[in-house]
Amino acid sequence: MTVTLPRRGTMVRESWLVVVARNSVAIAAAAIFVAPFLFVVLMSFMTSDQALTSNLWPTTWHPGNFVDIFTKMPMFDYLVNTMTYALLATGFMLLSSIPAAYALAKLKWRGSTAVFVVVICMMMLPPQVVTVPLYLMWSNAGLTGTLWPLILPMLVGDAFSIFLLRQFLMTIPGTVLDAARIDGCSEWQVLLRVVVPMAKPGIAATAIFQFFYAWNDYYGPLLYTSEDQANWTLSIALSQFKTLHHVEWNLVMAATLLVMAPVVIVFFFAQKAFVQGVTLTGVKG
Amino acid sequence: MTALLERPASVADKPPRRRPARRWRHRLTVLSFMAPALLGIGVFFLYPLLAAVYFSFTRFDLLTVPRWVGLRNYTYLFTQDSVAGQAALNTVWFVLILVPARMLAALLTSMLLVSLKRGGGFFRTIFYLPALAPPVAATIAFVFLFNPATGPVNEVLSWFGVDGPLWFDSPDWSKPSLVLLGTWAVGDLMVIFLAALLDVPKPLYEAAAIDGANAWQRFWHVTFPSLSPVLVFAAVTGVIQTLQYFTQAAVAASVASGTATTGGGISSTFGYPENSTLTYPLHLYVSGFRYYDMGYANALAVVLFVVAFGVTVVLLRRFRAFTGGAR
Repeated sequence: MTVTLPRRGTMVRESWLVVVARNSVAIAAAAIFVAPFLFVVLMSFMTSDQALTSNLWPTTWHPGNFVDIFTKMPMFDYLVNTMTYALLATGFMLLSSIPAAYALAKLKWRGSTAVFVVVICMMMLPPQVVTVPLYLMWSNAGLTGTLWPLILPMLVGDAFSIFLLRQFLMTIPGTVLDAARIDGCSEWQVLLRVVVPMAKPGIAATAIFQFFYAWNDYYGPLLYTSEDQANWTLSIALSQFKTLHHVEWNLVMAATLLVMAPVVIVFFFAQKAFVQGVTLTGVKG
Repeated sequence: MTALLERPASVADKPPRRRPARRWRHRLTVLSFMAPALLGIGVFFLYPLLAAVYFSFTRFDLLTVPRWVGLRNYTYLFTQDSVAGQAALNTVWFVLILVPARMLAALLTSMLLVSLKRGGGFFRTIFYLPALAPPVAATIAFVFLFNPATGPVNEVLSWFGVDGPLWFDSPDWSKPSLVLLGTWAVGDLMVIFLAALLDVPKPLYEAAAIDGANAWQRFWHVTFPSLSPVLVFAAVTGVIQTLQYFTQAAVAASVASGTATTGGGISSTFGYPENSTLTYPLHLYVSGFRYYDMGYANALAVVLFVVAFGVTVVLLRRFRAFTGGAR
């Protein structure tokens, strides 16, 4: 679809008053959605003295906060921990979940629907239900206190990613795959040479979701690393920032911005894949 | 259509007529794709579920072996643990308030976007942005914004002569504050609603307009019916998500409670103020990992599972399209 589709206003001409009112509402709503970000940015540039007042605008701009968060707290180590978790989890997830999603979307076998229903149940299961047995398992393996209990399971598939990839792969026409099969491709060759190149946007969206999931994850790192500060992620560090440094809102807000920034930057570069992915988690398809 | 590749007579659904060697090769192929995921389902889903049921009948503190106590954990849960009752009520409160609030916000913003003549893309990005903010970061930002002493919200309210409440520090206002946070980050739901709204056939609106339907009638008789599957889907998945509501409540409590957490670890502040933000999953976490009452934590887990599973079944029954139609 290209640009000039007749919008539905073409039939009923709206008075300019309605148009103005509607745009005013949009602008007011946008202001409300943006305001929290604005106040966070302003606070992150205040000096520690000013942060104790209720002034909204920095009297002197103090970018030093962004340096202080790295010197007053091992933020860089937390960043490395978080990146390790997010990158390994994403890589492992792709290795294990793409083949499974392909088998569920494009191969005919007895029990495939049943397995897919189990995958959905697994995706819907509140993580707290299975927390204690899994914690005991990792404790016996001597891996509690590290991030491995969050990374290693990705080697054997992630329910949400399998679900999302499967929904993407369903949209690839079967005739394309049959053509490849007639040319003598094995199923693995079909997957690697035909399906993966065609499904790149879907795979990208799934990878971005997995990366953000790990980046944002609070429950997992809290469960496994809260006792061992050396393995904290940014999420845990951020939530504990205040307790270590009293009420230094300017530093906390600088750290908060640091955690938000990568997500927002990735979003602007991959907006299309992202929105498509969010929509596919909905009822469509 | 793999049928294309097979010999005509014996096609499709009658496996016995297929040559056994070929059948086995097909099964092995499928297995080679599915093996890791099947292992994952077994080790990280089925096993811990069964283990949780077993542990829920025991007394277990990690140090000694589990001791069978029958239904004692469950009788304690349902008859004696008043905190569990409070936590369950908190979670029900969120299900009843947070889910509809988010749906309403998503509906209003998405309909506003559809009605805009220009700038739709710009406003869509603006409205979506908060949903991107990592939950921990967003929660901390809100605790700062709403902090009673120096926070911008109460400062702005004071310009209008309004004496703002204590927000995250008040047992009465802590949950509404979290609802505001959840409603701010409504973008993911909004994008889903927006896609559904754009799918409503345009001629329907035009026909309704010709028949003299006003804006409200067009919404009620055209938009709403077309949207209802998505609304039901959003409600059901919203309930499932809210049953596991943990991060925002935990972080809000631990940041708002301030500096007094010298001992007892991170979880010692959960529920602040006065257990008003202690959701059911938080109570489960505290029972297991603060008090090391693993048997009891698993009893809480089994009850949570039964409820969540019931809701999931509703979802699966309502949305056959979700699972059906392979190929």
